[in-house]
Amino acid sequence: MGIAKGRNVLPGFGLSLGFTLAYLSLIVLLPLSAVFLKSATLSGAAFWDTITAPRAMASYRLTFMASFGAALVNVVFGSLLAWALVRYSFPGKKIVDAMVDLPFALPTAVAGIALTAIYAKNGWLGAWLEPMGLKVAFTPLGVLVALIFIGLPFVVRTVQPVLEDLDAEYEEAAASLGADRLTTLRLVVLPTLLPALLTGFTLAFARALGEYGSVIFIAGNLPLVSEITPLIIITKLEQYDYAGATAIASVMLIVSFALLLAINALQAWAGRRAAGMG
Amino acid sequence: MAGGSSRLAKAGQTRFEAREATRDSALVKGIVLTLSLVFFAVFLLLPLVVVFAEALRKGWDTYLAALVEPDALSAIKLTLTAALIAVPLNVVFGVSAAWAIAKFEFRGKALLVTLIDLPFSVSPVIAGLCYVLVFGAQGWFGSWLAANDIKIIFAVPGIVLATVFVTFPFVARELIPLMEAQGTEEEEAATVLGASGWQTFWRVTIPNIKWGLMYGIILTNARAMGEFGAVSVVSGHIRGFTNTMPLHVEILYNEYQFAAAFAVASLLALLALVTLALKTFVEWQAERAHKEIEA
Repeated sequence: MGIAKGRNVLPGFGLSLGFTLAYLSLIVLLPLSAVFLKSATLSGAAFWDTITAPRAMASYRLTFMASFGAALVNVVFGSLLAWALVRYSFPGKKIVDAMVDLPFALPTAVAGIALTAIYAKNGWLGAWLEPMGLKVAFTPLGVLVALIFIGLPFVVRTVQPVLEDLDAEYEEAAASLGADRLTTLRLVVLPTLLPALLTGFTLAFARALGEYGSVIFIAGNLPLVSEITPLIIITKLEQYDYAGATAIASVMLIVSFALLLAINALQAWAGRRAAGMG
Repeated sequence: MAGGSSRLAKAGQTRFEAREATRDSALVKGIVLTLSLVFFAVFLLLPLVVVFAEALRKGWDTYLAALVEPDALSAIKLTLTAALIAVPLNVVFGVSAAWAIAKFEFRGKALLVTLIDLPFSVSPVIAGLCYVLVFGAQGWFGSWLAANDIKIIFAVPGIVLATVFVTFPFVARELIPLMEAQGTEEEEAATVLGASGWQTFWRVTIPNIKWGLMYGIILTNARAMGEFGAVSVVSGHIRGFTNTMPLHVEILYNEYQFAAAFAVASLLALLALVTLALKTFVEWQAERAHKEIEA
């Protein structure tokens, strides 16, 4: 890459690019544009009323806060887990490493009913937590738990490779210059990890915002309390309120696009950081 | 990014514990290990264990009965059908996109790569919604489809389309970095020596990317069989006709048939475990192939 090429002798450019663009347009771009075109059939006032209705506003607040909280929890524990996987040896490490990707492989509906069985009143953990006054299932806390589950691999798999590439020499140099371990971590390791931590956070956050399957079983779906934004779209669809559903969907899409751009910028930054270090 | 970053090239590990400056004290190691492994056990391991425990709670007879019941069988069949159509489509797309992007220079390439990632950042619910807007009764082609007696929404084609959408980027994003790293020299040599385009592709490119391709297929298949939100919107939940396995799990669960719901869920959990095992195997193979090239 990066080497300026003269005339490329390889065939198939027109065919492969043409097919790629046609398939992308048919499967993704045209259908997505339908969301914006449909929401444009609403008058400005009706659009505004739909997206700022109390139930919608409550759902944005819940979806945003729970996604943010879950991404934060995952940054802390995901980094610890990545650290343990890269730096320590312990029995069962290979299995733990492979299992980190479980949330990618386990269908969200399965995760949803399993988490509900764990945290319901008579569930495996719920039976312990509820007498202590901690209700998880069918509350906003349940939404948080589900989003922690689906977001964990994003942080681990973003931080882990950076930790693996981190040269031991940097820490040795810091130590030989008299820095204690904590200072080395703060001034040497943490700055190197920062782009990966931010990228992992944003990926987990972006995924959590749109998550549906794992959440609806455990959330209880109480309007104004534990109803997430994707569920509002489903409810409106079931009432044949297509314009209303697309209005909410277009709000979510705009947020998703903004996050996608942020993720790209973060990854470019991380790439430059890595290149600068080598 | 839903597929995780490509982990096909991993570095060696134990070097950190051998060195004074990077070795954590026993206390720190103990705290980090306890915290991270308890978190792992509660948030990842426990849900998996619960699925199998709940599935077998009422014994093997109930378990097996839930799996061979006609609605469950038709759900399994539909899930397999959808994956069998969606996976090959996205493989052809992924290879084609990676060929254009990795082997050639053109304007707007960065934008194209971003657009390919788009389905990962869109909520599955919105993925389903956009097909309803295009093909639904009130959609763009709704009246034309109705006039010609073609059903897409609340029918199998809609389920396949939604599945294609949510699994769209997996193969492409696995292959693009891999093929970029491999460059074009081998293909150019084959072409100069007189191989046709397709010969070069099948004999040079495919062997070079086979592990990356496998990896992409495994991830695509897992998501295709497990997708819930997008499929839920377009399916209409018609029992025995448009119910996939995840949707069947939901229906059983909402009818308080918990043992049956978890029985079907346990098949999907098994699929997840097979996926993880295959994925680890492919990573291991790719790593070995990588080392052989470097040696």
